[in-house]
Amino acid sequence: MKFLEEYRDRERVEQLLHEISRIVTKPWKIMEVCGGQTHGLVKNGIIGMLPEKITMVHGPGCPVCVTPASLIDEAIALSKKENVVLASFGDMIRVPGTSESLLQAKAAGADVRIVYSPLDALRIAQAEREKQVVFFGVGFETTAPAIALSVIQAKQLGLKNFFVLASHVLVPPAMEAILSDPANEINAFLAAGHVCTIMGEKEYYPIAAKYHVPIIITGFEPVDLLQGILMAVKQLEAGEAKVENQYSRMVMPEGNPSAQQLMQQVFATCDREWRGIGEIPSSGLEVNAGYSSFDARKKFSLPVISSTEKTECRAGEVLRGVLKPVQCEHFGKRCTPEHPLGAPMVSSEGACAAYYHYHQTAASE
Amino acid sequence: MCLAIPGKLISVQEHDDILFRTGKVSFDGIVKDVNLSLLPDAKSGDYVLVHVGIAISKVDEEEAQLMLKYLTASGDMKNEMDS
Ligand code: SF4
Repeated sequence: MKFLEEYRDRERVEQLLHEISRIVTKPWKIMEVCGGQTHGLVKNGIIGMLPEKITMVHGPGCPVCVTPASLIDEAIALSKKENVVLASFGDMIRVPGTSESLLQAKAAGADVRIVYSPLDALRIAQAEREKQVVFFGVGFETTAPAIALSVIQAKQLGLKNFFVLASHVLVPPAMEAILSDPANEINAFLAAGHVCTIMGEKEYYPIAAKYHVPIIITGFEPVDLLQGILMAVKQLEAGEAKVENQYSRMVMPEGNPSAQQLMQQVFATCDREWRGIGEIPSSGLEVNAGYSSFDARKKFSLPVISSTEKTECRAGEVLRGVLKPVQCEHFGKRCTPEHPLGAPMVSSEGACAAYYHYHQTAASE
Repeated sequence: MCLAIPGKLISVQEHDDILFRTGKVSFDGIVKDVNLSLLPDAKSGDYVLVHVGIAISKVDEEEAQLMLKYLTASGDMKNEMDS
C-alpha cells in the first residue's frame, strides 16, 4: 500500500529525524496535546529517536484522564438512582472516582451500560420508555457534535426519558491555561488532528499570537508526528509563532461547519475542573437553556460533590507534563491497565497506558 | 474512545430530516450503522472518518486504507469497536 509506506516509511522517518537534528540549535519543549499522538510517539519509539535538545511533553489530551473524580462521583450517584440507566463509553466506566468506578457501581447492582455512541444510548431510551436514560457525555470537540446530535434527535422524537450529563472539555482554553502558568516551559504545540477536523484552525490564531508559540495541527502517523515536530522546530529556530497545518489531508481550515453548528445549538460554554490542572474558565460545555429538559443536572437533583482526589495516583503531575509515567512509583507495579490506580492508566489514550503497553520502546530511551 | 476510524460507506438510508440520515459503513468487514448528518453529500462508495457513531469527514480511499491497516495492526481498531 503506497500510502502506508509513505507515512510509516523508515527511510522517510530517518530523513525527517536527520533534518530535525540538522536545524535544531537550542533546547525546545514541544507539547503534543492529544493522547492519540502520545500513543503514536511512544509506540513507535519516536520519543527515543529525537535529538536530545528536543523534549516532548505529553499534554492533557485524553478526555477520560482529565475528567475529575467529582464528575465521576456525580455519574455514580446518578447510576444508583431507581429506574436510571447510566450509559457511557467503555473507558469512562473503568475510571476510578473518589471511592469507586462506574464498573464497581455496576457490579454492586447499578444499571450501567457501555455504549459505542450516544446515539446507542438514545436507542435504549426509545426501547425502554419506563427507564430514565442518562448519557455521561465526555470528550473533546471531536465528540461533542455526536452528543449534541443525540439531544436534538431526542427532542425531535419527543423523548422525555433521555438526558445528558455533559462533561465536555475544550482544548484551546486548556492550552491557554498551560501557557499562562508562570512555571510554563512549553515552546510549541502539536495541536490535535481530529479536534481540528471539527473546529478548524481559527481558534488557534489568537493563542499563537498572544503567547508567541508555534502551533502545528498534526496527525498521528510516525511521519505526521515528525513532520509536525520539524515544522515546530523550524518556526522556533526562526523566532516565528504561526499556526500551521501538517494534517491538511484531514483538516480543512474552517473545520466542519455543520458540526460546529450542532454544538452551538445545544451547548453553552462553562467553567470546568480538569483533573490535575484545576478549574479552567470557559473550558467546558454544558447543555444550554434551550435544551435544559435534556440536562441531567437540571432533571435530577445531584449532591454537590467536592472532589477529594486520590493522592496515591500522580495523574496531576503526569497531565501537566511535569512527571513521566515511568517516574511514578506505582507504574507497572500497583498500577497496571488491569488494576488502574488512576485514569491515565485506564484509557488507551492515557499517557501511563501508552508507556505501559510500549514499555520496551520507552525503556530503550 | 477518542479515535476516529475510517470506513467505506456501502449504503445510504435517506431520511426526510437530514439529522436522521444514516448509512452502513464497513470497517474492514465489520458493518455498523453510522449517522451521516454532518456530511450531507456523502454517497455510497465514499470513505468516511467515523467517531462515536457519526461520520465527521470524508477521506480519500488511499488515506482510509492506510489508517485502517495501521489501526488493525496495532489492535486499536478492536479496542475502539469494543468500547
Ligand atoms: S502510573 Fe498509575 S498511579 Fe502513577 S500516575 Fe499513572 S495512572 Fe496514576
